[in-house]
Parts: sequence; C-alpha cells; structure tokens
Amino acid sequence: MSLITTPNLSDPDGAYAALLLAHKGLSEAESQALNARLVLVLMNHLGDGPEFGEALNLARDVPDGAS
Amino acid sequence: MPYDYRTFPYVAPPGLTAPEPRHKVVIVGAGPIGLALAIDLAQYGVASVVLDDNNVVSVGSRAICWSKRSLEILDRLGVGQKCVEKGVIWKVGRTLHRENEVWTFDLQPDPGHKMPAFVNLQQYYVEEYLVARALEFPGLIDLRWKNKVTAVESDTHVTLTIETPDGAYLLEADHLVACDGARSEIRGMMGLDFDGELFEERFLIADIEMTGEFPSERRFWFEPPFHAGQSALLHKQPDNIYRIDLQLGWDADPEVERTPEKVIPRIEKAVGHRDFRLDWVSVYTFQCRRLARFVHGPVLFCGDSAHVVSPFGARGGNGGLQDVDALGWRLAAVAKGADPVVLNAYDRERQHGADENLLNSSRTTRFMSPAAGAERIFRDAVLALAGKASFARPLVNSGRLSRPCVYPLAGPDDPALPVDARPGSVAPDAPLADGWLIDHLGREPVLLAIGQPAPAVGFATLELPVTPAVRTRYLGGAGKALYLVRPDQIVAARWVNASPEAVAEAAAAIWRDA
Repeated sequence: MSLITTPNLSDPDGAYAALLLAHKGLSEAESQALNARLVLVLMNHLGDGPEFGEALNLARDVPDGAS
Repeated sequence: MPYDYRTFPYVAPPGLTAPEPRHKVVIVGAGPIGLALAIDLAQYGVASVVLDDNNVVSVGSRAICWSKRSLEILDRLGVGQKCVEKGVIWKVGRTLHRENEVWTFDLQPDPGHKMPAFVNLQQYYVEEYLVARALEFPGLIDLRWKNKVTAVESDTHVTLTIETPDGAYLLEADHLVACDGARSEIRGMMGLDFDGELFEERFLIADIEMTGEFPSERRFWFEPPFHAGQSALLHKQPDNIYRIDLQLGWDADPEVERTPEKVIPRIEKAVGHRDFRLDWVSVYTFQCRRLARFVHGPVLFCGDSAHVVSPFGARGGNGGLQDVDALGWRLAAVAKGADPVVLNAYDRERQHGADENLLNSSRTTRFMSPAAGAERIFRDAVLALAGKASFARPLVNSGRLSRPCVYPLAGPDDPALPVDARPGSVAPDAPLADGWLIDHLGREPVLLAIGQPAPAVGFATLELPVTPAVRTRYLGGAGKALYLVRPDQIVAARWVNASPEAVAEAAAAIWRDA
C-alpha cells in the first residue's frame, strides 16, 4: 500500500483540534459542506496515484459506530 | 427570421400497384442519420429506399452542435462546407456559477484542421442540405415521404408493411436500417427495449429569435441569478436564433411549463429583456440508455434508435453520424457481396462508442442534476471551490463535448509513433500544399507513406511530405512511418517499417470481424 496508514503526525492532538475548530459553530449542513470541500482539496493533493483509492477503501472498510 | 418549413412531395410508391423486387437496403427515418447513411451508400453505388412517416424536416432546432468529426463526415457526404458556411463557428465554452466564471474550455487550441471544433446549426438545415444532396442520386436514393412502417418481419431478410395515403403495400429488403430516432417504432415492433438509466430531471428547451450581439460561444450557468437553484444553457445559432435550455426539476409539470405564459417570463429573466420572439418550445427528460446489440440479423439500428444520451455534450446527433461512419462502408460492401460478418464489427465498435457517450453523459447528468445527499453536497463543494482554486475547475461538469472515441483495434502498432494517431483513432487532419489531408482519406482504404516511398500494395497509397504538422501528428520522434487508413478515416494499423505482405494482411483484416 502506498497510502501512509501508520502515525504520520508529530502533533496528533493539535491536528485533531484544528479539525474540530474548523467545524466549531457550524450547522450540520455547513459541517458537511466543509468536509466535502476538504475531501476535494485533499483528493487533488493526493493526485492520480493509488493513494486516493486506498484511502477510500480504508474509510469504507471501517463500519459506522464501531467501538 | 423563422425557418421556412416546406413539405416534400409524396409520390405513390410502385409497390402499391405491383410487388417490388427485393431491395438491398431499406432505411427507416429520413432524419440526419438515415439521410446520411443513404448518401454514404449511394456514394458507393449502393441503392437504398428511405421511408419516412412525415414529409417535413425536423421541427425545432433539436440537434444543433455539430462536432469537427461530424463536419468531416458530412464533408465526405457533400454537405460539410454548406454546414460550416451557414453555421455559427465556436470553440470556447464558458461555465458560470451564479455570476462568476468557474471554467472555460477551448476545444480546438491547435490550428491546421480543415473543419472547426464545432458549428451550431439547427437540425432542420442539416436535414434540408442532406435531402438536397440525396436528390442528386435519383437512381440510387428512393426517398418516400408519408410512408409509415406498420409491421416488420425478419428472418434471412426483412418484410415490411407500409402505410401510405393511398393504402398499404409490402416491401422486402436484404437489410433494414432503423434510423427512426429515440422513440423508434421499429425497435418497438421488434420487441426490443433499452437498458440503462432514466434520470428524474426535466429541461425546458426553447428557440428564440432576437437581435443583438452575443459572442459565438457556449454559455452554461449553474444556479444563475435569473433561474434560482437550477441550471441554464445558451447557444447562438444562425438567423438570430438562440437556443436556451432551462432546468425545471422533476416536480415540474411539462404541459404547464411549455405554455408561453410560463416560458416567456423565464426567458425574459434569462436574456434580460422582452425583445424576442418565441420560435419553438419543448420539454424533455434525461435518459442514458441503449440497446444491448445494434445488429439483429438483417435489422440494424443506427443513431438514437440504438442509444440515447442526455443532450449536454452534443453526443446524440454526433454519435449518430459516427454510427453512419462505421456502418456505411461495411453495409455497402455487404450489399456488393462481402461476408456479412463485417457488420459484427459495426455492432462492437459502435457499442464501444455508445458506452463512452453514455458514461460521459451520465456523469454530466449526475453533476448537473445531483441526487439529494452526498451527490448534491459534493457538487456544491466543487462549484464553491472552483471560483477560488483552479484545481476544482476541471471537476465542473456542464457537458463533455463530443469527441470521436478510439476503437479498441488490434491492428499492428508501433509505440514510437504519436499516441493520438494510434490504431482506432480518426486519422488526424493536416494542411497540405494543395488543401487538406482529410480530403485524401476515406471511401476506400489508403496507405499513407510518410518520409519514405510508398510500397506497391495493390490499393491506393499517398506519399506525404514531412511538414511540421505531419511530423507532430504522424511521426513524433520517428523518422518515417506507414499508416493504413480505413474507409471511415480510422487508422487501422501503422508501422515505422513494414513489408508489403504485412500491409496486405492488415488491409485484408479491415473486412473481417476483427
């Protein structure tokens, strides 16, 4: 797999907080729209290689509400 | 000025008084596809009977955007120049979201082609020119207006029952080609149906006449200020006629929406004034569907009778002309005694072409008319980003305009040669000292010899000088090449070096189901 699936953030708590902060005060619809734009920006950043497909599969393979 | 619709004369067919001998080819439908096919066959000396239940050209503009490839095909049939001279030439498409331009494409940035990227020309003009051209073949094209097929029987040949104002008669043919459009009655009588998607979306389509300057370009709006939440398309046509497509949504009542009381205020908002005359209005539903096979024994389907797409992308009329292009030379050969197996290649190649058109059309439809939920959220996200970041602009999909597909041919190839001229592609045009390369291709197979003398192969050859355009389009880094071009101007095979035997083998394969 080309996609990095091992820890790759030097400040995971800081990155997570930045994600939450971006959504702070948004309605559910606004949050969904923000996430959609973010996915498109990151999809373009990943480019034509296999990583985007691998990311899609990884995200899809995690069942909703898994504990 | 409005188009002057003239009726074509009905003449009582001979079959009403005495049985007619079996015809080689009967074509049902005298629209652009049926007429083009009859002319193509006539140019090979093959006679056909063309039946049409009506006696007038297309009412309303209908198919308006004719692609470079279609113009090349129409040119070979003798009407391409007329279409270019009358039509509005354009190559730039602008897409707007609300008031902002989000995506612009130029369809022909590379000069040096006989035909422009696109012309806009109402279907009724194309049909008028094709009828006039067909009448130049009085011994070969038998045009029968007001002849409606009411029954079809097919086994080794076809027997048709035809109704006329003077009563019914029977007609037999070796081959029947159904060019009778999206609602093909032949398809219905054969008990065949389309597979695919019907989209829950309606569009209002109108021709209006207005004076005033508007650039020769395609303009598409997502969520325009004049038509909240929907989309709109504007195309310029000859005679100061403009075509406007307005998205209505699925809840709209088509009968109400097409009334002038509803249409005129909408258009007034779109063009910003009331100084126009309504010429034609229709309402349509999106479909992206096709027959599983286009060849059913002696019955062949061609154009919209075989496949329908949404109109954004101009893949209906243009796709149909490409069907004609793939069928005419093969059917002519079969009518002259060739093995009918060559028609299987028509079926396979045009299924491939139809699938490409259906794929593009479905994707466009999904972008223009997204389902509620994720489709809508991502569509809106693309449009929101496109005004700000260039990466999102190519994701904006207001129609991917018709280009000829590349057939998956297994003919000899040399990867040293340019990819855009690989086997299965339309042979690229190029300027020559005495005109255009495209004028030397087609009708019969031709071997192009570039940067080397033409070998003796027993059919037509053409030695091309290595001009800059020929080098770019045909040689790439190679110093010389041989290109075998089919009767439909498609590259069948190519080599840097080849023996006359290898060329002869590839030329023979053109006539097989390979």
